[in-house]
Amino acid sequence: MSWHDVLRTLDPRHKRLLALGASLVVIWVVFDLLSGGLFFSPRNFYNLAVQSSTVALLTVGMVLVIITRNIDLSVGSVLGLTGMVIAILQIEVFPAAAGWNWPLTLAIGLIAGTLIGLWQGFLVAYVGIPSFVVTLAGLLIFRGLTFEISQGQTFSPFQAGYRIFGGGQQGSLGEAASWIVGGVALVVLLGALARRLRSGEASLPFTLLGGLFASALTLFMIYQFNAYDRPRTDLGYGIPSPLLLLTLAATWIGLFVNRAPVGRHVYAVGQNLEAARLVGVPVRRVVLKVFALMGLLCAVGAVITTSRLNAGTTNLGTLLELNVIAGCRHRGRFPRRRPGLDPRGHPRCLCHPEPRHRHGPHRGEQLPPPDPHRIRPHRRGVGRPYRRPQVLRSP
Amino acid sequence: MKPLLQIESMTKLFGGVHALEEVSLDLHSGEVVGVIGHNGAGKSTLMKIVSGALRPDHGRIRIDGETVTLDSPIRAHQLGIEMIFQDLALLDNLNATENFFLGRELTRSFLGFRWNDAQRMQTIAKEAIHNINPHFHRFRTEVGLLSGGQRQSVAIARAVHLDTRVLIMDEPTAALGPEETEMVRQLVLRLKKRALGIFLIGHDLQDILRLSDRIVAMRGGRVVGTVEAARASEDDLLGMIISGKVPAAALPGPGAVTLDQEKD
Repeated sequence: MSWHDVLRTLDPRHKRLLALGASLVVIWVVFDLLSGGLFFSPRNFYNLAVQSSTVALLTVGMVLVIITRNIDLSVGSVLGLTGMVIAILQIEVFPAAAGWNWPLTLAIGLIAGTLIGLWQGFLVAYVGIPSFVVTLAGLLIFRGLTFEISQGQTFSPFQAGYRIFGGGQQGSLGEAASWIVGGVALVVLLGALARRLRSGEASLPFTLLGGLFASALTLFMIYQFNAYDRPRTDLGYGIPSPLLLLTLAATWIGLFVNRAPVGRHVYAVGQNLEAARLVGVPVRRVVLKVFALMGLLCAVGAVITTSRLNAGTTNLGTLLELNVIAGCRHRGRFPRRRPGLDPRGHPRCLCHPEPRHRHGPHRGEQLPPPDPHRIRPHRRGVGRPYRRPQVLRSP
Repeated sequence: MKPLLQIESMTKLFGGVHALEEVSLDLHSGEVVGVIGHNGAGKSTLMKIVSGALRPDHGRIRIDGETVTLDSPIRAHQLGIEMIFQDLALLDNLNATENFFLGRELTRSFLGFRWNDAQRMQTIAKEAIHNINPHFHRFRTEVGLLSGGQRQSVAIARAVHLDTRVLIMDEPTAALGPEETEMVRQLVLRLKKRALGIFLIGHDLQDILRLSDRIVAMRGGRVVGTVEAARASEDDLLGMIISGKVPAAALPGPGAVTLDQEKD
């Protein structure tokens, strides 16, 4: 079988996923050439992983927000505000020496983020204000509040215990633990691939190519993280904690999207709000939950960012919403799990929850001959009828 | 015999417009009641209220003689009221099984969270859909990619599962070919034997006459009259729909407002 035959048998969605992986490699190689070989250095990979973890983490939530046909423009400001709340409480309000200080402020920060998300979700889902308006107001309000409560000051330093989340010297796993974590992750990943192969969801070439790519990438990254030595030692940093947080959060949320009722509900709400409501999906609660999750993720992002910077500043997360929304790669339209549209992320956010996409027939499935009367899906921009956006309203 | 479902003096206002005005209607189990009328006569509004999608401004619904509050589609499902919508209300980006159980997924607990019981849902949905349409096999394809008849099978199967007592069919044959129309007809007869009460909304008077036991005509948010299908002709029905003329053979009882009363 030639290379072309293999490509032809691949499911389009799998082909797209592999293409994403390939384009990631191409981008890396180009940057390596342009930077004169600096890109492929352990230090760069380590910093890159830490920096993109926050964006990727928020993207996980933003994908869900966008699937429900909403948007959250306030993520940067919410991140800034929750970060500032944590900073002020930990550094100014509570005693600096107390051991309970940082766990308590951390918990308060996470709760604050969730509450903000719940509030905005309430306005969108129950009051019926468009999410664009609500979160644009949130963008301004929460940034303003950040300035107000801090009076423009920067707060520093955090307790040592808190700094484990930032991926600095305290915030990495070390070499041995990194190999163990990487090994476990690989086993889980390959196990999932094998299960899809058995159930017929994935074809053999995809399983082989995908498994090979994922294994190579994981091992390569861990090797790089371990090769980046802590100052004045030859001990490697290992996996940075933000990346670990991201992986755990993305896995957990991905499981929910794929295997819990709420995941199906999210897709149903995005596809057809009215139909979803009529068949008994609690549409408003679904939207509320999605926004609450977004708020929680903002708070986790705030923990990572402040811990990394070891300071709470007023400009934390400024313009972050643009990076996050760009990371969702929604191709100018909202993802609806239709051919040509999928909510998977930008290459740099490869750890998104990956909802199962059912584009086209499955392996071994016989398609009926095309129906000449079927209305063909519109191509992008070609005579697509304008559809009024649906507003969440009580009946 | 006590009616399965009683609608009593139902009133619904949209703004200042009376979509429904004091509508009363009964449905017995094992009975098919056809509901006919112009567009905007209030048929769909009435049925949306019964299926929990709309809330009435005034009026009561009783099931087995007991007053119930239908404040959401979920509540209606719990009471055994199901509706097959004209546009089927299927979610194009989910597959047949996911659509079948949407909003009432079977779950099991693990680590304190509720997870889909995919295996069990698959089995039950498969059986139910095969019951309606033995040729259906594309359980893993998004329903947006299925044919009209296949989509209809999924929507019907979803509505007529075991605990359904009242079924509302909104123009079930409007978008179907002759073969599939016959399938729906057979289905209605089968469901009647299972002692379901069925509301059949439609514009095809021939179909309604053939399938229904009683036919209720609505006009301007009111019930014009009720006739027994066996003793009514197509002309009688047209007369009721168009001019509100109640034929001599009309049944007395709830909703049977004569033309004279209406004028008062």
